[in-house]
Amino acid sequence: MIRIDSVTKRYPDGTVAVDRLSLEIPDRSITVLVGPSGCGKTTTLRMINRMVEPSEGTILIDGKDSRQQPVNTLRRSMGYVIQNAGLFQHRTIVDNIATVPRMLGWGKEKARARARELMERVGLDGSLAKRYPYQLSGGQQQRVGVARALAADPPVLLMDEPFSAVDPIVRKGLQDELLRIQDELGKTIVFVTHDIDEAVKIGTMVAVMRTGGKLAQYAPPAELLSNPADAFVEDFLGTDRGIRRLSFFPSAGLRLLTTPVVAVDATAEQIAARATAEAPYLLVTDMDGRPLGWSEPGDLTAGGVDPARLLPYGRPFVAGTDSLRAALDCAVLSPTGWAVGVDAEGRVTGVVSQQTIGEAIRGAHAKGRTDAEAAR
Amino acid sequence: MNVLNFINAFFSDSAHWQGYDGIPTRLAEHVQYTLEALAIAAAIGLPVGLVTGHFGRGGNALAFIAVAGRAVPTFGLLVLMTLSLGFGLINVMIPLVVLAVPPILVTSYEAMRSVDPAPVDAARGMGMHEVEVLFRVELPVALPLILGGLRSAAIQIVSTATIAAYVSLGGLGRYIVDGLYQRNYEKVVGGATLVAALALVTLGLFWGITRLTVSRGVRRSA
Repeated sequence: MIRIDSVTKRYPDGTVAVDRLSLEIPDRSITVLVGPSGCGKTTTLRMINRMVEPSEGTILIDGKDSRQQPVNTLRRSMGYVIQNAGLFQHRTIVDNIATVPRMLGWGKEKARARARELMERVGLDGSLAKRYPYQLSGGQQQRVGVARALAADPPVLLMDEPFSAVDPIVRKGLQDELLRIQDELGKTIVFVTHDIDEAVKIGTMVAVMRTGGKLAQYAPPAELLSNPADAFVEDFLGTDRGIRRLSFFPSAGLRLLTTPVVAVDATAEQIAARATAEAPYLLVTDMDGRPLGWSEPGDLTAGGVDPARLLPYGRPFVAGTDSLRAALDCAVLSPTGWAVGVDAEGRVTGVVSQQTIGEAIRGAHAKGRTDAEAAR
Repeated sequence: MNVLNFINAFFSDSAHWQGYDGIPTRLAEHVQYTLEALAIAAAIGLPVGLVTGHFGRGGNALAFIAVAGRAVPTFGLLVLMTLSLGFGLINVMIPLVVLAVPPILVTSYEAMRSVDPAPVDAARGMGMHEVEVLFRVELPVALPLILGGLRSAAIQIVSTATIAAYVSLGGLGRYIVDGLYQRNYEKVVGGATLVAALALVTLGLFWGITRLTVSRGVRRSA
């Protein structure tokens, strides 16, 4: 465990970057430091591997003062990933990744074999091994940066705004990849970002910092969204924190209706039977059960439906796997106000109205409150 | 009275290819002066430029030295040296070194300063010592510029080393100085041609060195 104990960083000109910060970073989890520019989040990260020396206070790593061991030994035990990757442009991809193992005295072949293994782990094609950094896209370079940090299998990974310089789609891919790698490897990751969405998405614990290097709140993301400590945190979380909080509520409890679902080859009796007062629209599926679109029962003719005349069904959510946020999003996007739930193969498992989702949200909130009180 | 005729006459005279005043001897002397001056200038300019560039301090002082060095008239310095020290190789070496240090010093400093700070930060963060950072991260990336500085220094030395002949030393300048004195323009043109050819060979040599020592990743992205 990394313990930051009342650490202050004061520069010679009197600027205080970090002010008596105390933080316990749990093992094998992702701890995110988030805050506006100048809040001292990067300084805090850099004090962990002593790229910046604290002015006061101590940083304990597994109970030992980080100053007890030589600085380079400390740094070699921690992977370090920075914005724009910072690859060595004169080295091939495989040699970039092999840097730390080579520094630790591994043989060239062993280090390269390890590097190739890591390329696969971070989702890089083996054919890129002999390329140079300039031949890779920004997202690929960042993957190399992560692989390089993991090369010597350090227990700790320090990541300083690693995904800030890539476009949103690539960033989402990299975040998902990081979560997947973390599932496999279980590192102790300290991750700095200015993006609260990123923090909430990947963090096990999120430390919100405010200008002047003070800790505003340190909590799991769901707790942060439901109980912001003060106006600053609330403001920093943004106006839609209620919606975002829904990401932490599973859709598994949603009651899906199968009545208003008809196959494309349905008979007139089936169509008539499925049209109920509860559901003014019917969802038409193909023969495999995949959604085609919505229709008013009166517009449906037995045995043949013109797909062009159906209302679009929006983006379905995977029932049980996706969160209530995804389900609500589907319902909001759907022209009928109903969300379509599908299984992992994309086959319809049922439909649910905005109203039902709203009831589920209220239920989840109530449960959240009781749980919080029970925890106290 | 054609320059090409002069060149042809000079190089086809078999007397010019042998003896202590023959082309091989003069060429060897000239190359020797050049290599010695370049080695001394590099020994002074490279370490100072690399270290100041690495730490990013002393840039102003370097610029001052460079300007001062460039302002020194090489020929004047040679005459002054000879008047005060008498004849000798050192009188030639000092002006040549003074001429060659500024380009080496300034380009190696600038080359180190122009290295992207991100990989340097990454290197420190992964636990590299400062010396490793300098030689394994910064130098390979700065190398093309540094070699460019050495190249201009080498070319300047090659063309300026002719002054050695003024103080009764050898080198290709011998032909020019003697030729002018003897009104033997065939010799003057021949000597000048050799100097120009040597400068071109130097250029080619540095091109080859750059090809061999600079990583493809740096060459293509620079």
